[in-house]
Amino acid sequence: MAAPEFEIPKFREFPTVPAMVPGAMAHSKPYVANEKIQEALGFQGKLDEDWQVTHDKVIGKFGELLGKYRSLKVFMDSCVHCGSCTDKCHYFIGTNDPKNMPVARQELMRSIYRRYFTLPGKIAPKLVGARDLTKEVLDEWFSYFWQCSECRRCSVFCPYGIDTAEVTMAARHILDSVGYGQKYSNEILGKVNKIGNNLGLPGPALEDTLLGLEEDVKDDTGVDVKYPLDVQGAEVLLVTPSADFFAEPHIESLIGYGKVFHAAGISWTLSSYASEAGNFGLFNGDYNMMRKVAMRIREQALELGVKRIVVGECGHAWRVAYAFWNTLTGLGAGGDDPFAVELQKQLDPKYKQPSHICEFTWDLIQQGRLKFDKEANDSRIITFHDSCNVARASRMGDYAGGQFDIPRNIIKAVANKFVDMDEATIRETTFCCGGGGGVLTDDLLELRVKGAFPRMEALQHVVDKHGVNFMATICAICKAQFTKVLPYYGFNMRLVGGVHQLVSTAIRLGDEQ
Amino acid sequence: MTLFFAILFYLAFAILIAGLAYKIYDFARTPAPLSIPTTPAPTTRPGVAFRMAREVVLFESLFKGNLWIWLFGWMFHMGLFLVLVRHLRYFVADVPAWLLFVQPFGKYAGFMMVAGLGGLWARRFLVERIRYISTPSDHLWLAMLLVIGLTGLGMTFLMHTDIVAVKAFFLGLMSFDIQALPAHPGLFIHLLLVALLMILFPFSKLLHAPGVFFSPTRNQADNPRETRHLAPWAAQIEKN
Ligand code: HEM
Ligand code: HEM
Ligand code: SF4
Ligand code: SF4
Repeated sequence: MAAPEFEIPKFREFPTVPAMVPGAMAHSKPYVANEKIQEALGFQGKLDEDWQVTHDKVIGKFGELLGKYRSLKVFMDSCVHCGSCTDKCHYFIGTNDPKNMPVARQELMRSIYRRYFTLPGKIAPKLVGARDLTKEVLDEWFSYFWQCSECRRCSVFCPYGIDTAEVTMAARHILDSVGYGQKYSNEILGKVNKIGNNLGLPGPALEDTLLGLEEDVKDDTGVDVKYPLDVQGAEVLLVTPSADFFAEPHIESLIGYGKVFHAAGISWTLSSYASEAGNFGLFNGDYNMMRKVAMRIREQALELGVKRIVVGECGHAWRVAYAFWNTLTGLGAGGDDPFAVELQKQLDPKYKQPSHICEFTWDLIQQGRLKFDKEANDSRIITFHDSCNVARASRMGDYAGGQFDIPRNIIKAVANKFVDMDEATIRETTFCCGGGGGVLTDDLLELRVKGAFPRMEALQHVVDKHGVNFMATICAICKAQFTKVLPYYGFNMRLVGGVHQLVSTAIRLGDEQ
Repeated sequence: MTLFFAILFYLAFAILIAGLAYKIYDFARTPAPLSIPTTPAPTTRPGVAFRMAREVVLFESLFKGNLWIWLFGWMFHMGLFLVLVRHLRYFVADVPAWLLFVQPFGKYAGFMMVAGLGGLWARRFLVERIRYISTPSDHLWLAMLLVIGLTGLGMTFLMHTDIVAVKAFFLGLMSFDIQALPAHPGLFIHLLLVALLMILFPFSKLLHAPGVFFSPTRNQADNPRETRHLAPWAAQIEKN
């Protein structure tokens, strides 16, 4: 690890709110998407030469979104500047930049809203904190709306549930549309549209990888666990983040999913066409884009004739799958176009569609269909990092909060040593890993390292107190982010891993000799 | 003076009602195209109603967020609520028994309201983060409500006004039969600012009051597996 060019926050003895350092992160900017990337997605290639044109387009798009999203409209009007959210964002805690306070982030946009869409802002802008839209303001948007991971932690504490993530999405949507996109996210959207996954892995490469996996697992366990691709008529279609196919520690969880299917004797398949559960359309707040990415999965489910769709360990993917797929693509109840109707007939009505892999595994455990050697995990003292999109934007199981219990239940079923981190940093008040929402790129490394600070602090506590040496999580972004930033805080990068990695270690495959 | 206030209150009332009605219509007609409750969220409509009730009556999320703001904010709003209920007596000819019953509570709730406002205002100066996010209008709102509260308390406890005449004035306004308003400086300030508040309400952050009921993160049930949330404009995309 090269020495960083920025200061890494020091752990606090008492978790007091940091003093503000205005402008501390004003320099943070991701790379701007070039024309090729932008145009591949149907966005304007670059900003117009004439500022006035951009200005009018921004205001026009803003108005359009205000008419399309009640969230945006209500949130623009409702904030009273009470201050409840001000100390809740991991980016504020880690960077001390007041513009990373959720309300201040919203205010970057609300100031424009007031100026152009409300009477007091038109008459007395200074009085109500309204300002004209200038190029500087747009640059500020590009900087600070790419310092939000859309984690929704602020929305938990706001008396009106104002969700800064919604505001961030709207701002990014506007930026995209005027030719000011972010390179990392838009490049990825291009790949998923063209090839089928965020990493741009073509079908043959996937096939190779999966064959290699089968060999590895065979060497390891002596059992022929299959990692099938594009199998017509399989019972389950597994859609998982593409990082699971090659990145460490992600792949360990993929191995785990395969073992679960094997041990339960359920036929399954991956798809090369729909080889991505992640959906970066969410991060840019672009309904069309999100729908387009999600449609691939519906198409594949239909084509392969599966009875169930299961989603692998990925936070935002699960949000999109659980909360949006049905609306976007008619994949659940109520879809009424011919294909949605066809799909419903084919899917097994006994199961909620789609299911999370943790719901799937936990179900099997409860039915007694999986057996474990818990001792195999005894070298691990485990804690669990709730991923924001699972915790605050979706659910598992049949009751509110199932998303907290089910992964923990699985861990406790496959391992003996589990402790939770500080109550204030888990479950619905969990801290983001610092890399979510489209900021998982090296051009935002400083932001990522600083944003991880509150989680690292809570982790340090359980490491000191209980000797924790494994932080399980069910998100591909969390895994990649932690692998990168753990060393900055003096931890081993292998401290993070998936829940199904633990399952994989302990599961009895049933046919061992 | 009487005529001035009569016209002012007709005007203020008209703007308040028309403005709020428009805003509520505007919130209601804007679709929420996706299911975005902040989870864990209730899975049923009654569950959502209960969550909303806790937000509106107890300020539950604010309680989780910051105890000081919650304390002062809740004091202010509960005080305000009781005071307003007590004020109903100026607007109904025959005061019902329950309204008589709450009169003494409303009387002292004025202190609670003013104390809450004082606390909230102090935080705008003392807490760095809140100072940073405060705009001049935030201060003015608190100042205005404080003056309304203090002049009200002044009339109740120090320099009485003829409240029978005040009542006659407002009942008169309601039946388009204008009666003399007692001349009382405290009352004039009180009423002037109340009218101003009514006029500004639909254009300001006071929209949080209707807004909270329309906030998708709080008013949606967590039921995307059972229900599609297709907005009309999104359904249009499907047709293409
Ligand atoms: C449904 C009814 C209402 C609810 C649920 C509600 C809720 C809240 C909450 C939770 C806050 C933030 C905490 C605080 O600063 O007090 C707040 C602030 C505020 N509310 Fe309300 N409110 C309601 C009605 C009203 C009304 C009718 C008024 C008008 C007189 C009002 C005036 C204010 C003001 C001025 C603030 C900002 C206080 C500050 O500057 O800190 N609210 N409200
Ligand atoms: C048209 C509307 C209003 C009228 C006619 C009115 C009139 C009055 C009068 C005559 C009093 C003195 C009561 C007494 O001597 O016993 C009073 C007190 C008071 N008013 Fe108002 N007021 C109005 C609106 C408001 C509003 C909107 C608020 C709060 C934001 C408010 C806050 C108070 C308070 C705190 C007191 C003292 C406590 C009490 O006696 O209830 N008033 N008001
Ligand atoms: S959504 Fe998360 S990252 Fe964005 S402002 Fe809120 S707390 Fe911060
Ligand atoms: S908690 Fe909500 S109302 Fe309060 S300042 Fe933050 S966004 Fe505004």
